[in-house]
Amino acid sequence: MTQNRSWIPYALILPSVVFLGLLFVVPLVQTLWLAVSDNGTPSLANMTTMVTDLNFGRSVLNTFLLTLAVVPIQIVMALTMGSMVAKMNGGRETILWIWTIPLGISDLAAGMVWLSILQNTGYLNSVLFGLGIIERQTAWLTYQTPVALFIGIAIAEIWRGTAIVMIIIVAGLNQVPKEFKEAAEIFGASPWTRFTRITLPLIRPALQSALILRTVLAFEVFAVVYALGGRNFPVLVGEAYNWQNQNQNYGVAAAYAVLIMVISLAATLVYLKAVKVDPERLP
Amino acid sequence: MANIVIDNIKKSFGAFQALKGVSLTINDGEFVSLLGPSGCGKTTLLRIIAGLETSTAGDVRIGEKSVIGLLPKDRGLAMVFQNYAVFPHMTVYENVAFGLRMQKADDARVKKQVEKAAGLLHIEPYLDRYPNKLSGGQRQRVAVARALAVEPGVLLMDEPLSNLDALLRLEMRTELKTVLQEAGTTTIYVTHDQTEAMGLSDRIAVVHDGRIEQVGTPVEVYNHPATRFVGGFIGNPPMNFITMPVTGGQVTAGAQQFAVPAQGGEIVLGLRGETVERAPTGQGLDMQVRVAEPMGSHLLLTGSILGQPARVILPATETVRNGETVGLTLDPKRLTWLSPENGVSYPAAA
Repeated sequence: MTQNRSWIPYALILPSVVFLGLLFVVPLVQTLWLAVSDNGTPSLANMTTMVTDLNFGRSVLNTFLLTLAVVPIQIVMALTMGSMVAKMNGGRETILWIWTIPLGISDLAAGMVWLSILQNTGYLNSVLFGLGIIERQTAWLTYQTPVALFIGIAIAEIWRGTAIVMIIIVAGLNQVPKEFKEAAEIFGASPWTRFTRITLPLIRPALQSALILRTVLAFEVFAVVYALGGRNFPVLVGEAYNWQNQNQNYGVAAAYAVLIMVISLAATLVYLKAVKVDPERLP
Repeated sequence: MANIVIDNIKKSFGAFQALKGVSLTINDGEFVSLLGPSGCGKTTLLRIIAGLETSTAGDVRIGEKSVIGLLPKDRGLAMVFQNYAVFPHMTVYENVAFGLRMQKADDARVKKQVEKAAGLLHIEPYLDRYPNKLSGGQRQRVAVARALAVEPGVLLMDEPLSNLDALLRLEMRTELKTVLQEAGTTTIYVTHDQTEAMGLSDRIAVVHDGRIEQVGTPVEVYNHPATRFVGGFIGNPPMNFITMPVTGGQVTAGAQQFAVPAQGGEIVLGLRGETVERAPTGQGLDMQVRVAEPMGSHLLLTGSILGQPARVILPATETVRNGETVGLTLDPKRLTWLSPENGVSYPAAA
């Protein structure tokens, strides 16, 4: 009984397509329209308001600086962590499990955790005071301490978001047969050479996925920043949130949303070009 | 070029003893196979020689120098892996050149060596390609070329042909033999395939249960297995083992009588299936034939001798029916006698 039922696959993916269409494409089109219209007619007024706003330049700069600081550190850390667990024989799962705990915590909760450490009456000050390094409570998270605030936010983001990168990298590393490394070792490659000439090229696909995912998420950073810095450290999503909720100006909020999407898409395209994955050159 | 001395190597993984004291000397330029079933420890031994695994006790000397504790790259060897381990992100040229690049050889030397190795293995047309575009056999050639390009003193091969299909394996086997003879490299070749070991090796070391059961030329190991395991593992069909009664130092098989190294009791006859001839009626050792299979080149008989399972080979010109009883004449020069107690064979009669 071989009946031609070529419609079945389409029927099976239909619900997800409808779901995405209703809850993604429709709002996307609406947002795009909201951003480039004013009272129902095409207009760049929202864009102009966005660009001329006092916080716009700072939020763009902050978002990019944070992404540039956080993503490379996370990739390096994830590669290091992944390479370390790869050498382990026992207890590997336990270590991975502990490392991925931050994944199970919401952005805002992660922000609160670090707030409890870094605020004036927080654990960091207590420890520094106890050790006699500081004489009175020190503020780390104010507009007067921009560098400390930036570092605090970066550390919190690294703590929160490295696990997802590591999971992707570990999965990639697991795909590399150990014979490749052994062959390289036999033929005289040092551990560093093995890593740069064999491992890294072979985990390109994982590296590409991790970079895209992590960069897009970094451009969307919000809750951690909001918890630690409030508006002392404006970022793009924070500004969108403010225009939406504080100023009740949905048009400018939509303009920010569109800008974030364009930046994310551009970053993705850059990665697809820069970290090219040629299926012919994979195991 | 170098000789290799393996001196009482032991290896334990926890409570499991993978190698129980293995000693073997391999002469300069010799091709020695480590032959045994999977899990016997042969690959572990090879990895210890390579330096990819540490031994629990014992010494390995390459060219009179102990290499225990040296990094693989400082042992002067190259290796070919079972699944090729040809780097997929490098062209064939760069793969073959890899070892030389690691030695920081200049481009002229790299080019010369790569071309030489590629010529030996007939892979010149693929030098610019990526390995994924190549067949399994071609990739294996790249792996061998990569190993030979560094002109190693010792070449280690870990089941290099077992991922290839039967026809290709035969072809590569012949070619490997030619190439390695030309290169004159001391080679240790791990395999579970006895025909590969027989065909390629100067000597075979049969490994079983973490020990070397026998070392010898293919003919020695085949004709005079040291133990019942060796006889059963080598040869297709495997050696027949038939327990026979001994009276006055003699064993009687049909009309034939053989002096054996035992006075009474029982002895085990190790009988290679193809060493028998069909005896004139009533004069041979009787075999009850259950199945007769004409194989084209020969006739394979499966059945029993003295109630014990046996397989023998007769010329294709003979005809035997299923269920028939045939008499067999034995060749006294090609019999092996083994102790029924410990399965060890008695020295071949002079």
